[in-house]
Amino acid sequence: MSDHSYTPDSKLGKWFNDRLPLLTLSKHLQDYPTPKNLNYWWTFGGILTFCLITQIVTGLILAMHYVAHADMAFESVEHIMRNVNYGWLIRYVHANGASMFFLAVYIHIFRSLYYGSYKSPREVIWIIGMIIYILMMAAAFMGYVLPWGQMSFWGATVITNLFSAIPLVGDSITTWLWGGYAVDNPTLTRFFSLHYLIPFLILGLVILHIWALHVPGNNNPIGIDLKKPSKDTVPFHPYIVIKDLFALLIFLIIFAFFVFYSPNILGHADNYIEANPMVTPAHIVPEWYLLPFYAILRSIPDKLLGVIAMFAAIFVLVILPWLDTSKVRSAVFRPLYKQFYWFLVLDVIVLGYVGAMPAEGIYLLVARVATAYYFAHFLIILPILGKKEKTLEVPISITDPVFGGSSDPSLAKNTNKEI
Amino acid sequence: MSEQKKGKRRDFIFTASYALGAVGVGAAIWPLIDQMNPDASVKALASTEVDVSRIERGQSITVLWRGKPVFIKRRTEEEIEKARQVNLEELPDPEKDEDRAKNPEWLVMLGMCTHLGCVPLGDKGEYGGWFCPCHGSHYDTSGRIRKGPAPTNLEIPKYEFINDNTIKIG
Amino acid sequence: MKKILKFTVFIFLCFNSNLISAEQSADLLKPGWSFKGFFGKFDRSSLQRGYQVYNEVCAACHSLNYLSYRNLSEKGGPEFSEEQVKIIASQFTVIDGPNSEGEMFERPARPSDKFVSPYANKQASIAANGGAYPPDMSVLVKARKGGADYIYSVLMGYQDPPANYELDDGVYYNTYMVGNKIKMSNPLMNDLVEYADGTPATVEQMSKDVVTFLAWTAEPHLESRHKMGFRAIVYLIIITILVYFSMKKIWSRIETEV
Repeated sequence: MSDHSYTPDSKLGKWFNDRLPLLTLSKHLQDYPTPKNLNYWWTFGGILTFCLITQIVTGLILAMHYVAHADMAFESVEHIMRNVNYGWLIRYVHANGASMFFLAVYIHIFRSLYYGSYKSPREVIWIIGMIIYILMMAAAFMGYVLPWGQMSFWGATVITNLFSAIPLVGDSITTWLWGGYAVDNPTLTRFFSLHYLIPFLILGLVILHIWALHVPGNNNPIGIDLKKPSKDTVPFHPYIVIKDLFALLIFLIIFAFFVFYSPNILGHADNYIEANPMVTPAHIVPEWYLLPFYAILRSIPDKLLGVIAMFAAIFVLVILPWLDTSKVRSAVFRPLYKQFYWFLVLDVIVLGYVGAMPAEGIYLLVARVATAYYFAHFLIILPILGKKEKTLEVPISITDPVFGGSSDPSLAKNTNKEI
Repeated sequence: MSEQKKGKRRDFIFTASYALGAVGVGAAIWPLIDQMNPDASVKALASTEVDVSRIERGQSITVLWRGKPVFIKRRTEEEIEKARQVNLEELPDPEKDEDRAKNPEWLVMLGMCTHLGCVPLGDKGEYGGWFCPCHGSHYDTSGRIRKGPAPTNLEIPKYEFINDNTIKIG
Repeated sequence: MKKILKFTVFIFLCFNSNLISAEQSADLLKPGWSFKGFFGKFDRSSLQRGYQVYNEVCAACHSLNYLSYRNLSEKGGPEFSEEQVKIIASQFTVIDGPNSEGEMFERPARPSDKFVSPYANKQASIAANGGAYPPDMSVLVKARKGGADYIYSVLMGYQDPPANYELDDGVYYNTYMVGNKIKMSNPLMNDLVEYADGTPATVEQMSKDVVTFLAWTAEPHLESRHKMGFRAIVYLIIITILVYFSMKKIWSRIETEV
């Protein structure tokens, strides 16, 4: 943080701040100039921070009562639901919290896609975000295994078997992952250990994510670089704080509805049957937030290629800043991109839908077309569109209706290095 | 005038938000704290029954109740005599032996030193009762503190004789 | 804002595998349950009757491993009195021990004991039921798609098979079972139990009572969840309104619309 100029008023504050500039940091966070035209899609960063903290706190508590052993895990979850004071509440918040977390992260990612927030100079923010997303999926998957129900067990079996697709060493790797010849107690205990670790990795990455954000500052709905601070910006506190809080409360109302009135609607009934290695449920589906990737996996008839396609679907997002060649950030000024964007949203929803369906007949066909389009969007449409698209004129500032703004930081007139 | 009114209304909204927010945060935090209290299954295991028919006079057994040791001592006449003859004024925590042992032959008490919770050793110490090896507290044949850092007598749990041979603790 | 709300609901609807069910047998019977909805509560007397049906009929084969007798007197459940529960528990025998001689011994159950299982272990239950495993019923309502409606429908769904329908020995025809085959014979018939409160024990009545009871065993804190949920949501709406006006006030210092 470069605003070393800040001096606390009190003597004690100054003494402390000279040794550890926490007060400088806090001042920076309060004053952080934020574009004043941010819309509600921008409130999901704050909501996600709330989700992460909620998951960590409730998870910490569940771990106090949960027993990570194949013979006792299912029973200990029932113990939490029945005997522990407010155990049912804490478990339902944690379980539905995972879904709400993913809902928020998907909105956050699609907001970034719409407004071009991944583009220069914010590539590192984007990549850190993608790593967080991948870790979230790992944490969610392992967390789903812990109750040791039928879906836990068979989900773990299917996902770990993905690694057996790797040529030559595949089988050794799956055996290594399991700690045995099938998913069993050693698998459960290591998943528990990792499930406990990952959120703290995510927390560390979130701090880096925010740090990286505070270097160039927020993108905004019209995607131009701003002079900071200026009449185009407002201090983070109280303006953005109160707005984020308002959005968070709306989010909490939806959250509360799930927790208190349909706590199991997002889960699968089979997970209330204790794991049984002898019987596979008729219809294995992952949690809803993994369905699009699951659809991509199943759409390819070859085992290895299917796994590769699934991981490529994530990787293609990581390199997105270099696939999108357009100089203009916001879709507001990209009429063609805007249409492709909504088509991509639709495509992902379709993938999610067919992911929940049996992999046969019409569903398989739809999944293949949707998978092909998904990759085409990033690998073909975006690179070409950036070069060919005729974009609208971009204003120079949020308040002044003067055109001629630029997304190129070296051309922007008023770039003010914040940190 | 209207400016002033406006200012007041603004203050009211902020104050109300803060106040209501504090209530909500408090209500949300309570479950997170209460979950560490004994759960319903622990609370249900309140009592345990002990068969004492095989204890000879002068012997004692230790049983576990709610995760804590309970001493059940069948005292000899001398021990009872010794416990009853003590001048109450000498005691740091005056209590009659008659009140501690409803049936004088049987002394039932928590085997946890009231100092810092170690388990005292039987038939030890300067008063022929119990002695806590951790920090040197001496208890007499009625389990009363006589010497050392412990502040109070060994605690008597709730118990009853269901029949001649069985004690129900809790 | 509205857009975001709509979007949320839309996403959940799209991805919810419970709503978009792949295979669907006959439409389930929906008798209407008192425990559904914002203020849903269990019907106390139905729970007590349901326990009776469980105890006299289902308990011959099905365990309730995650329940303790004390649960029967807890708030939000059948709410038998503690005395009644002591009597109920004492009718069962549990194996305790080892005692000071190192031997296991039998004693009457206490309220703190878990429900006594009809079989010593899973293998014994499978062996005794011709290879079919009678599942534990503690969370059965949550473990079946369709929940209470499904269990109720299966209990009501026993019928004579259509003409020329092949059924093996020990397999029965049921309209609502997936594949229409079930290994449990029809457990209920009229007046199988005698209700203490004089309610006529029709198959329909017994099914409804026992499913209500099982809905409670699966979700014993349902009533406090509904109550707390209502309070939480009312609270959230009020504070959201307050924060909204606070936000308007704060943003009025600059001319931008929030």
